[in-house]
Amino acid sequence: MSKIEVKNVYKIFGDNPSKVLPMVQDGATKEEILEKTGHTVGLDDVSIKVEEGETFVCMGLSGSGKSTLIRHINRLIDPTSGEVLVEGTNVMELDQKNLIEFRRHKMSMVFQRFGLFPHKTVIQNVGYGLEVQGKDLNERNKVAMEKIEAVGLTGFEHQYPNQLSGGMQQRVGLARALATNTDIMLMDEAFSALDPIIRSDMQKQLIDLQAELKKTILFISHDLDESLRLGDHIGILNHGRVVQIGTPIEIIMKPADDYVAAFVKDVNRAKVIKAKIIMITPEQFKSRKEKNSNTIKVNEDSFLDEFLPKVCLTPATVEVVDKSGNIKGYITEKELSVALTKSKADVLTKSKT
Amino acid sequence: MQKYKKFIKPIVITITFIFFIIISYRSAKPRYKPEHFTDIFNDFSWLGNWPKWLDFPLMQPLNAGFDWLIVNYGLFFEAINNFLLGLYTSMKDFLVGLPWPLVIAIVIFITYFASGRKVNTTIAVAFCTFFLGFLSPRYWDKCIMTTCIVLIGLLLCIVVGIPIGIAMARNRTVRNALLPILDLMQTIPSFCYLIPGILLFGLGAVPAIIAIFVYAVPPLIRLTDLGIRLVDKEVIEASEAFGASKKQTLWGVQIPLALPNIMQGINQCTMMSLAMVVIASMIGTRGIGDEVLLGLQQLNVGMATEAGIAIVLLAIIFDRITQSYGEKIQERTQKKKVFNVKD
Repeated sequence: MSKIEVKNVYKIFGDNPSKVLPMVQDGATKEEILEKTGHTVGLDDVSIKVEEGETFVCMGLSGSGKSTLIRHINRLIDPTSGEVLVEGTNVMELDQKNLIEFRRHKMSMVFQRFGLFPHKTVIQNVGYGLEVQGKDLNERNKVAMEKIEAVGLTGFEHQYPNQLSGGMQQRVGLARALATNTDIMLMDEAFSALDPIIRSDMQKQLIDLQAELKKTILFISHDLDESLRLGDHIGILNHGRVVQIGTPIEIIMKPADDYVAAFVKDVNRAKVIKAKIIMITPEQFKSRKEKNSNTIKVNEDSFLDEFLPKVCLTPATVEVVDKSGNIKGYITEKELSVALTKSKADVLTKSKT
Repeated sequence: MQKYKKFIKPIVITITFIFFIIISYRSAKPRYKPEHFTDIFNDFSWLGNWPKWLDFPLMQPLNAGFDWLIVNYGLFFEAINNFLLGLYTSMKDFLVGLPWPLVIAIVIFITYFASGRKVNTTIAVAFCTFFLGFLSPRYWDKCIMTTCIVLIGLLLCIVVGIPIGIAMARNRTVRNALLPILDLMQTIPSFCYLIPGILLFGLGAVPAIIAIFVYAVPPLIRLTDLGIRLVDKEVIEASEAFGASKKQTLWGVQIPLALPNIMQGINQCTMMSLAMVVIASMIGTRGIGDEVLLGLQQLNVGMATEAGIAIVLLAIIFDRITQSYGEKIQERTQKKKVFNVKD
């Protein structure tokens, strides 16, 4: 059973969504609906599955419905039609009281513009989830201090949010989401409002935290590099429709349509492809009977750009090892060139011109 | 069916309008009407001057309704009257009974803590208070009376206005229903409810308090409503996403963040109350307002001006206390940034 399952969800904004729904289900496009009825289609037959412990990144440009989608998971928005299942529970069937319990204990959320309470100090902000659960002050502060420490903000706990920089504010947001210790974290463009260097720091921090905590994360992003870096699976949305769902490599290597292809066209593949993904097994390598005069050892989780310069410098075969040094496979120039060549579609269009 | 929906409203309005015209025609005295109503369509002279039969009879039912109110609910109004009057008298007697230096000390104390220990504001307010009695010893007790009326009116405004403002912010239907009523309360001339106030509550402080309420509560309601609606949507979402109930979101997030606006509303409310107190002196409410009235009646410009200055001083005192309290709240959430840059 998937941790989160979204089944055929439609969301239409306007005065009379249920009347417009059949039109959308019959396949009318967003523009047609807007022109004919004045309704906006937010989500159009969206189905995704997020497995336990993985990071699922939902990607799309602004207006593609990704923020709408994430708000369906904790029912900040009600769908026009369709089901949202979290751990097998249909979120739509919860009454007000159960919905509140569900939000308190099952999931937490991080917001694009942080959503911090300006009238509360950092420690009060972080403890807010526990406060609404009715935990007493001592317990709240104890947990909050732990999480503040985890995101590296010790010493700032009695400051107000607007005394902090953007990056620090989002760390407070992250700590607040961690404080309730829920299995699921929803992150709505959590890092989009930060400048590039801080964003990169925060991404690293999230990856480190995730390695430790193994939460189920649904991450919304409009940045492909970010999606590739964080996501175990990526779902690409366009005009409220899911265009493609796959692992980062699938998205890059086999874009489902022109829209995705345009997205991934300028991606620096060396930065997002890991050694273990393109390596061949030792058996395959032996069967090729190539000489490996020069070998360099790399970790299976390192990205291509980390060892690519070395390979170029001393024409070498790459030996891929895991953490404890066992040989997992090999990478030769051939694999590298395949991996770094742009997708077939691209090559074809080039040969035509 | 959907297609015709947009016609329903205009049709209803047209029918009501025709109905009103028929009522006005039927209720008009026979000598104002043509002999037969078909004459209207033959003789068009009524298009010149406004015809006397085209007169909507609102006055009679209003009078009847008012009489009915007094006869049937007189006790109810008397209860309100006794309650407010009791509150006013005990408060006034208490303050008048205190030695005047003690009253000034109390004002200083309140200002100092409400303004977040601002010495300048406190000194200014203390001087204003001193000058009330210094202008003319008569004014001291009269200012206390006026203050009591304003404070009770203010209390009534807060108790009623803030919950209504919150209800308006949370519910569209309530807002749509109340906005025209607020407009009415603000635009209707104050004598229109001062005089009925006398009939219902008798002369004195109580009709003044009621008049203050009618006149001063709209800005408080509006600013409360605005303040709550202006709270960042993402902050509300954050509160909900962590499983806060509606009540928790309201008390823990919306009201604290709307507080600067609500305080502004209370400040506006106080200023308008003071304005009304002077008008209310014309229906016999005792206080500093009747000094102005007396001065004008005797063509004693000096006396009227002196009393006018006392009212201004009173306004400054009220304004400084409520305003600086609002600023204090605002500082806590907004001004810290400046502080940070200095670090």
